[in-house]
Amino acid sequence: MPRATPDIPNASMADIAFLLLTFFLVTTTVANDKGLTLLLPPPPEAMPPDQDVKIQERNLFKIQINSFDALLVEGEPYTGSMRELSDKIKAFVQNNGVDPESSDNPEKAIVSFKADRGTTHKKFIEVLDAAQRAYYEIYAEKLGVTVDQWRDIASDPERKAEYNKSREGIPMQISIAEPTKVGG
Amino acid sequence: MSKFKKKANVKQEIPTSSMPDVVFMLLFFFMVTTQMRDSSIMVKQKLPQATQLRKLTRKSLVTYIYIGEPSKTDQFGKEPKIQVNDVFIEPKDIIQWVNTEKAKLDEIERDQITISMKIDSDSKRGIISDVETELRRANARIINYSAGYKKEI
Repeated sequence: MPRATPDIPNASMADIAFLLLTFFLVTTTVANDKGLTLLLPPPPEAMPPDQDVKIQERNLFKIQINSFDALLVEGEPYTGSMRELSDKIKAFVQNNGVDPESSDNPEKAIVSFKADRGTTHKKFIEVLDAAQRAYYEIYAEKLGVTVDQWRDIASDPERKAEYNKSREGIPMQISIAEPTKVGG
Repeated sequence: MSKFKKKANVKQEIPTSSMPDVVFMLLFFFMVTTQMRDSSIMVKQKLPQATQLRKLTRKSLVTYIYIGEPSKTDQFGKEPKIQVNDVFIEPKDIIQWVNTEKAKLDEIERDQITISMKIDSDSKRGIISDVETELRRANARIINYSAGYKKEI
């Protein structure tokens, strides 16, 4: 007696696969997990109360932004590009005491950055980006790589040695102050 | 004369037998790369753009905060709000929230918790700095301002 051969019809397989494919195509979102990293300072309560560290004026690079997103760099209104701002910060950090108005050495140099409560996040990120670019470029130059390569090194835990070497003696000191409350 | 007469006697059919294989391959690719979003975002999310982006290396340590104008402005008003998981919270609730998130991690990794801040470009610094102060108090100090890629000018 001839047995019926058990056959699964596979003509519709492609259709089913297409259907699933379409579903995943539509629901897929490419994860965007990139951004500017930052380490916040310790909590305000943990700071020793009467530790008023005196920082010399020359070692501070002041950037202020008001609620109209206008910039004040070292006390003067700034309208130039962010690229130029990065170059200014680079020059400031790497001054090493040459210019008496600029920083003593990279270890003492602090980029102080103060926004207003009304400053938009967009402007804040632009300026933070410029400040971080300045430091990253210094680090990259020290290792002799491009900035893009340096950032890959920085996010790779296995290349910690190179990362530490490039940062040696040039800590990234970007201080973000409490925002002012007046909308000025 | 007969130069153009004859047509090539070749079958003009595309072989379709390998189509399911190709489709399955694509299907598996998208199945693997797909990430289901675990919470629906209820605030506006037009991320700012920056050049110096860095990747978040350890996904398991990352927690997200969303800040922006609520999508349903008639219901929640126009002021930017803070969303975590599926709810809106106030800055004072952040410490508690961070602690519950930290409890999900291994004990040795708790201090390395990374907060990914997904903030709408039009949000103001005021609310963001309130959040940051609370994060400092909660000892979750590694943060990442999510941003899109911009070419260097």
